[in-house]
Amino acid sequence: MRRSVLIAGLAAIAVISAGGIVGGRKSLAAGAQTKTASTAEVKIDNFSFGPTAITVAAGTTVTWINRDDIPHTVVSNDKVFKSKVLDTDEKFSYTFSKPGEYPYFCSIHPKMTGKVVVQ
Amino acid sequence: MSDKKKDELLHDHNNDGVNRRGFLKCMAWAGTGAFCVMQGGVMKSYSLSRLSELNPAAAKGELSFVQISDSHMGFNKPANADVAGTLKAAVDKINGLTVAPEFMLHTGDISHLSKPEEFDTVEQILKSASAKDVFYVPGEHDVLNDDGKSYLERFAKASHGAGWYSFDKKGVHFVGLVNVMNLKAGGLGSLGSEQLEWLEKDVKHLKSSTPVVVFAHIPLWTVYPDWGWGTEDSAQALAYLKKFGSVTVLNGHIHQIMQKVEGNVTFHTACSTAFPQPKPGEAPSPGPMKVPAEQLRSVLGITDVNYVRGQHALAVVDSTLA
Repeated sequence: MRRSVLIAGLAAIAVISAGGIVGGRKSLAAGAQTKTASTAEVKIDNFSFGPTAITVAAGTTVTWINRDDIPHTVVSNDKVFKSKVLDTDEKFSYTFSKPGEYPYFCSIHPKMTGKVVVQ
Repeated sequence: MSDKKKDELLHDHNNDGVNRRGFLKCMAWAGTGAFCVMQGGVMKSYSLSRLSELNPAAAKGELSFVQISDSHMGFNKPANADVAGTLKAAVDKINGLTVAPEFMLHTGDISHLSKPEEFDTVEQILKSASAKDVFYVPGEHDVLNDDGKSYLERFAKASHGAGWYSFDKKGVHFVGLVNVMNLKAGGLGSLGSEQLEWLEKDVKHLKSSTPVVVFAHIPLWTVYPDWGWGTEDSAQALAYLKKFGSVTVLNGHIHQIMQKVEGNVTFHTACSTAFPQPKPGEAPSPGPMKVPAEQLRSVLGITDVNYVRGQHALAVVDSTLA
C-alpha cells in the first residue's frame, strides 16, 4: 500500500513537469524559427521533433533534448550526423557549418522525422 | 467476464472467418498474456486470468510454450518503476500454469537501453521459470548502440544475419524473424531482402500440413502505420507461408493484445511485462501509458500456446499478472 501511494505521487509530479515543458516549448520553437541565432533547440516530445523543421544560419549549433519517457535517436538521412541513444532528458548537439537541407529521423522510431535547413 | 466461454476465442481456419465478437472480446483484454493451443486448424484463445477454469483436456496438447514480451529491463519511469518485479510476477504466472510450458519465446525489447546489466537481470529472472529454454528475437531497444552485436553474442549465437533462425519442436516449425534493423526514415519495421530470401528457402521443403509459428518483435501486419506499428515487407514473408494450413504469427512491440485472422494465418500480439501502451490513435503518441498503481498488473501479462497434433489447432491464451 505504501508503494502505491509513492507511485501515485511520482505520477503527479510527472504530470506537472510535462505541463511545464509544453508551455516552454512553444516560445522556444517560435524563437528558433524566426531568429538566426548561433544556437537552436529541438525538443523531442510525444514521439515527435518540435519544431519539425527549423531554419538556421550556417555555423549554428542545434541541440536536441529528449523529453519523452522513451529513448530516441537523432540520425541524419544522409549520414551527416548520428546521435547515440538519448534517454529521457539527454541531449545531442551538432554544428551545421554548410548551407543545405538536412533531413533526419529517429532510427528507433522511424516515423519520427524532422529537418534542419541551413542558410 | 463471469461466463468462462466469453473468454474463449475460436477461429475456424477452414471458414476464413473472423469471429467478430471474439475479436472484440480479445481487444477488451488489452494488457494480458495469452495461452495458445493448436487443435485442427482452429485456434483457441483463452484469457489467462481464466485459465484455472479451463477444462484440462482442452488445454493439454502435445506442445505447450509461453510467449513473453517487452520486459524493458532498465525502464524506471512512473508507468512502472519496478519492471524487474513485474517480470518476476510473469515468471510466477508461468510457473503456476496447469500445463507446464516446454520453452519460452521472448519477442523482444528484453532491455530498455541495450545495457549489459539489463540483459543480465532478465536472464537471471527467467532462470527461475519452469521452462528453461528461451528463444529470443530482438526489439529495437535491444540493438541500440552496436548494430545488435551484443544482443547476437548473448541471445542468438546460432542465428543467421541480424539474428533470424528456425527450429522444429514436435512437428511444429518455429521461425524467429528480425524486423528492427536498418529502419528507414518515415518507414515501418523491415525484414530486408536477405532475410526474406532465407525465409523462402527455410520453409520451401516443409509439407503444407506442417503447423508454422512465426515470431518477431514488430507486428507482421499493419496495426497502425501512423505509429509505425507494422512491417513494410511483411506481405512478402507471408506470401512464402501461403501454402501452409496453419500459420500463427506472434508479435510484441505494441504492449497490448490484438488479434486478427486472415485466411490460414492468425496474428496475435502479446502484452508487455513492463508497461501498457495506448490503443492506436487514442493518445498523442504511443508512449508508456500511466495507470493507477493498483491497476498496473491487470494490463501486463504473458501468452501461453498449446498445440495438439492431428487436431490442427493452436490455442493462444492471454493472462494478466493481476
